[in-house]
Amino acid sequence: MTDTLYLAWRYLAFHRVKTAILVAAITLIVFLPVGLRVIVNQSSRQLTARAEATPLVIGAKGSPTELTLNTLYFSSDVPARTTYAVASEVTATDLARAIPMYVRFRVQGQPIVGTTLEYFEFRGLELAAGRQIAVLGEAVLGSRAAEMLGVGPGDYVVSSPESVFDIAGVYPLRMPVVGVLDFSDSADDDAVFVDVKTAWVIEGLGHGHQDLSRPEAAAGVLRREGNVVVGNAAVMQFNEITPDNIDSFHFHGDLSGFPLTAVVVVPPDQRSSALLQGRYQTSETNQVVSPSEVMDKLLGTILTVEKFVIAGAVTVGMATLATAFLVFALSLRLRRRERETLFKIGGSRTAVATVMASEIVAVLAVGVLSALVLTFLTQRYGDVIIRALIR
Amino acid sequence: MIRIEGLSFRYGEGDFQLQIPELSVEAGTTTAFIGPSGSGKTTLLNLIAGIIKPETGRVETRDVEVSALPDPERRRFRVTTVGLVFQEFELLEYLSVLDNILLPYRIHSALDLDDSVRDRARSLAERVGISDKLARYPRRLSQGERQRVAVCRAVLTDPPLLLTDEPTGNLDPVNRERVLDILFDYVTESGTTLVSVTHDHEILARFGRVVDFRDFHVWGEGDDTGGGA
Repeated sequence: MTDTLYLAWRYLAFHRVKTAILVAAITLIVFLPVGLRVIVNQSSRQLTARAEATPLVIGAKGSPTELTLNTLYFSSDVPARTTYAVASEVTATDLARAIPMYVRFRVQGQPIVGTTLEYFEFRGLELAAGRQIAVLGEAVLGSRAAEMLGVGPGDYVVSSPESVFDIAGVYPLRMPVVGVLDFSDSADDDAVFVDVKTAWVIEGLGHGHQDLSRPEAAAGVLRREGNVVVGNAAVMQFNEITPDNIDSFHFHGDLSGFPLTAVVVVPPDQRSSALLQGRYQTSETNQVVSPSEVMDKLLGTILTVEKFVIAGAVTVGMATLATAFLVFALSLRLRRRERETLFKIGGSRTAVATVMASEIVAVLAVGVLSALVLTFLTQRYGDVIIRALIR
Repeated sequence: MIRIEGLSFRYGEGDFQLQIPELSVEAGTTTAFIGPSGSGKTTLLNLIAGIIKPETGRVETRDVEVSALPDPERRRFRVTTVGLVFQEFELLEYLSVLDNILLPYRIHSALDLDDSVRDRARSLAERVGISDKLARYPRRLSQGERQRVAVCRAVLTDPPLLLTDEPTGNLDPVNRERVLDILFDYVTESGTTLVSVTHDHEILARFGRVVDFRDFHVWGEGDDTGGGA
């Protein structure tokens, strides 16, 4: 038997390109429907779980899906902005807790989530190292974000400019990392959390600069009109908030008009939830969505698409299997002389058939095994894949 | 060594029919089968080797009636008693030279492949001048080298009977002489019986006996036997 397997192995190794193509074809035939099933199962479980844990989300009128995906998974598609006033309004109703969310900026691809400390309590996020955000400009990182960026407490992260060509746009802000969260197996692991006001500073709505009343800032003074000092373009703006310059940071305008991507609303009971939903159903500028309903709709679409994809994969799989069968059949035909030689020098027809059957079985086995490994990897890293797809 | 009596063979329902009333080949002799294509030379080799069975008659080799053996026994007989060399060499393209030589040991469980067999394979390769090509694949060998590999494979089991079918048919004159030298040197040293099918009349002088299938006239050493092919 060992010699039979050896001959089969030598044949496959010699025809390694053909073998690799056949193995890849078998792998895909098995993996495509199975892997897709695993991904869809995981995504539906993941999407449903996080959506069900988020009672209501209020945001500007627009796509409910975009609003939900940005608020729950920090997707890069930024919904239309609502304002901080909405969070204040909800709080003022006493019907629910309101958690402001501003998810627009990134640190090397990791989403910056501008929010409040209530968010951590709401999601049950615990610190693994360091401390919580205490002052403007500080950042707490999700476990995977810390790993991806290679930083921990004491290090710094810098917000990424949205466009390198937009010289009048958002300036990078250097932020000290003060804490890293425990692994939560959710989108929070990928996030860089900052106070919502820090997010506004990144947007340029708040800033800090040299004190123009001080002599060393004279070069930055355009003109003085009584108590009013007008600065020129030479005024040095701070790109990092430190204990020394934090007092110089200020916001221009009314905070209630500042942008948010969403407000997570956590009503204590069904009644409060119903009242709030009724209140925003008639709003002309804002919408209230139930993430679980949005996700149910999305999953319905995904499942329909999945059915089509699986049907397509099965059809392609059948065609590929037929082609592989044809390759085997043609190969056996071309090897008729080889079979005759083996038989003439003393091999039994069974032994010769076993050699060739071993080759087919080996290709099928390696193909199925590879598909199982891929399925295992999909299962193992499915969450990461799904989050990456959503982002 | 080989005794054939009242042999008759036909492929299916075809017109071809081989009939040999009587033919014998003595042990340790060299015999050439000549004749036009389709006269049954290769068929007779296959009958002697036990690859096919006659419709009627007896084929006896070394006092064993090969034609009466069941399939497994005939294969065992073939792998232990007969060495075969083909015109087209019939080497397996996906095996190295060494693995091609060792093939009989890999394909039949009656033979044990151990280090002594490997050593013998290397020694044979050295003898025929291909010891530096043991790791190569057949496609990287010349025609002459391929046939030398085929000869090594055929004699690896030290068979008492060597059957060769047009062993020099695909070779240039230089390689033809070299392969024949190797074959005849081996036969002389080992006392092996050699039966060879050939179309090449230039090499007939090397054989002790020639059997012409055209009229089934046999000349050379030994007695003539009548019959038709």
